Amino acid sequence: MTDPEFDEVAFRAQQRRNANVTAMVLGALAVLFFAITIAKLGLAT
Amino acid sequence: MAQSLTSPVTPAMPADWRDLLALTKPRVMSLVVFTALCGLLAAPGAVDPILGFAAVLAIALGAGASGALNQWYEADIDAMMKRTAKRPLPGGRMERQTALHFGVGLAAFSLLLMYMASNLLATAILAVAILFYIVVYTVWLKPRTPQNIVIGGAAGAFPPLIGWAAVTGDITALPVLLFLLIFLWTPPHFWALALFMQSDYAKAGIPMLPVVAGERTTRRQIMIYSLLMTAGAIAPWLLGLTGAVYGVTAAVLSAAFCLLALDIARRTTQPDDKMKPEKRLFTFSLFYLFVLFAAVVADRWVLA
Repeated sequence: MTDPEFDEVAFRAQQRRNANVTAMVLGALAVLFFAITIAKLGLAT
Repeated sequence: MAQSLTSPVTPAMPADWRDLLALTKPRVMSLVVFTALCGLLAAPGAVDPILGFAAVLAIALGAGASGALNQWYEADIDAMMKRTAKRPLPGGRMERQTALHFGVGLAAFSLLLMYMASNLLATAILAVAILFYIVVYTVWLKPRTPQNIVIGGAAGAFPPLIGWAAVTGDITALPVLLFLLIFLWTPPHFWALALFMQSDYAKAGIPMLPVVAGERTTRRQIMIYSLLMTAGAIAPWLLGLTGAVYGVTAAVLSAAFCLLALDIARRTTQPDDKMKPEKRLFTFSLFYLFVLFAAVVADRWVLA
């Protein structure tokens, strides 16, 4: 049973926005960590 | 039990990412990032641009984590002050635990990233800076003593030290003097703010200097610390650690800083006072720090 005043549409929209931002941040971090690895390999050689 | 099964269940609205961003105090972070970047660029030796970027990002995330944990701890106090009442926690847009988890996670990640991008010394100083801001400043000093800003100022002074250590792996006299410069700059900067925000601080029970010791003492202390800061600002030049580009910039801007501080030291608040000299010094102090750190870098590049 849920609260009749609970706005599920707004709730899902908020979740979707946050998921999109999280995906972008994780994607950027994956690129950054890859770049760090390449830079460190460059330093090592 | 039966009631909990039948009563309406309202899932808490997830925190908006913009509120999570606001927790990191982005405006404060810009100064942290800039001074860290200048420490990194002023250090002798070259750093790989990607590793340099990652190190500065780690410092920014560490500062963001400190801001988030500060807001988590001070949510009750923030609710009492006009300047901070609309922050995500006092504004009721986020659960307190979310801020705690976000802050701790961000702090741990910033340290991991710093270690990956640079070295153990820079990582250790970043850890000390985060802990200093949360434990020493936020929890211990701020609610207890009007000297909170003086000692707590050290927390904001670490970034150039970390930037330098990220490149060289050691600490020499110049980064220590840059640390000292921000350390001595913090009291006049914050006391100028405290003078025109003192009713807010008094309402929240924060023992800022104007609230505890009165305006006259605060105005005098601003002048004293401005002179000490001037000595700290021109010291790198006098000791031969920087050249004339930095030296002349530091001397001219510090003289202007002291003149603005003198304006404040010689006046008293009038009824319906707009506190323009205090606001002017607060704004100028931000400009002062940005330009001085840019001058350290420009100086090194000119010398190079």
